[in-house]
Amino acid sequence: MAQLIIPTPLRKFTDGQGIFTQEATSVKELLHALASQHPGLKPHLFEDSGSLRSFIRVYVGDEDIHALDGEDTALQPNDEVSIIPAIAGGA
Amino acid sequence: MEQIQFSKEELERYSRHLIIPEFNIEGQRKLKAASVLVIGSGGLGSPLLLYLAAAGVGRIGVVDFDTVDASNLQRQVLFGIQSVGKSKAMAAKERLASLNPHITIDVHNTKFTSANARDLVRQYDVVADGTDNFPTRYLVNDACVLEGKVNVYASIYRFEGQASVFNELLSDGTRGPNYRDLFPSPPPPGLVPSCAEGGVIGVLPGILGSLQALEVIKVITGVGDTLSGRLFLFDATGFTTRTMKVRKDPRNPLNGENPTQTQLIDYDQFCGIGVPASQEREVEAIDVHELHSWRESGKEHVLIDVREPYEFGIAEMGGDLIPLATVLESTTRIPKDVPVVVQCRSGARSAKAIRQLEDVHGYTNLVNLTGGILAWQEHIDPSLARY
Repeated sequence: MAQLIIPTPLRKFTDGQGIFTQEATSVKELLHALASQHPGLKPHLFEDSGSLRSFIRVYVGDEDIHALDGEDTALQPNDEVSIIPAIAGGA
Repeated sequence: MEQIQFSKEELERYSRHLIIPEFNIEGQRKLKAASVLVIGSGGLGSPLLLYLAAAGVGRIGVVDFDTVDASNLQRQVLFGIQSVGKSKAMAAKERLASLNPHITIDVHNTKFTSANARDLVRQYDVVADGTDNFPTRYLVNDACVLEGKVNVYASIYRFEGQASVFNELLSDGTRGPNYRDLFPSPPPPGLVPSCAEGGVIGVLPGILGSLQALEVIKVITGVGDTLSGRLFLFDATGFTTRTMKVRKDPRNPLNGENPTQTQLIDYDQFCGIGVPASQEREVEAIDVHELHSWRESGKEHVLIDVREPYEFGIAEMGGDLIPLATVLESTTRIPKDVPVVVQCRSGARSAKAIRQLEDVHGYTNLVNLTGGILAWQEHIDPSLARY
């Protein structure tokens, strides 16, 4: 099962859940499974057009999916997928 | 570099650097010859400035327009209680001068804006971004790219931190990725709260700011491999670290294949700040003086506090605690026949609660307390704690 790591700013939409585990063959399938389980998350992951929003990056392992096959990137059973949001705090 | 000399006092002070074979006096000379602009002297800026000054960076610029507040001391270790109320940039200079008299500190007691950013950045070799909001993050990045400076970056949120080195000059003469390659545009306002709204564990900026200082020193001395092209992530809750690859994006508007941006822009507008939220209608409101006179005169009303229990524990003003997320299910506690004042920390959540109650349950007797408990503390009851 692929494991998806949810960053702190988005955990308010997942009842505080930080890790989402799901059988999925692609990044897209995994992200949509997450969004259908937590509908409040959807507008923070996807534009109305369905593309990923520009203030988050999605990684498989340490590689950006943009450098792989984008959302169609295939997942192996033990892949770790990370959603990385822009954060700005520092004061 | 040979012309950079050290006094006996300096040699003794920096001796633990000088005896590292890979660093030695050449590394120390590079630090002394270098200048670094630190933007923001808060949670990240405090350890950054302390370590850069202690390490012997020859000239350090401090940009901050703010004054030291008591709530800063939980993490901004540059300051002590004697600094409260003083200009941060000035207080920083005093502290750093007492730490290392062999370096120069430039005070820039001003806001970092599109009008002054390029002039400030141009005067330094390396920039370290210790700011706390998206507009300034993009401004720092763009000024660095346009002026050809390295931007050593870190940011934090509650228990999470990120760090990278942007726009570094690489050995092949090209520049490494920058912030816009990673995040082409910011999240909408309100999605990611600031430290002031969302809180931050005080040690976290200490850790990330120290990592930033380390990367600044590596950029200057050329020792080791910097975080250029990589994003370091730290999650303090599970003590996990990850390091992700960052690649250049050909669509980068500053230095991609078809650059469209050759100067700084209005970053508040870029980040959607100050754009009126047209879908959010105004609600009826009273100010704290009016509520005070209601209380003094015994006018009948009910006060509802829509903050969270942990906020209520810091300061409260006698309201009935019904957190925003539960107001719609708590209508038995919110009367419809007497005026109901709704209150939160600063007035935004209470306005949202009123809109929800009006829309879903048809309330017509709700008024918002403008400025929330912060305004009440400021004007009516100074004995309350601010947070």
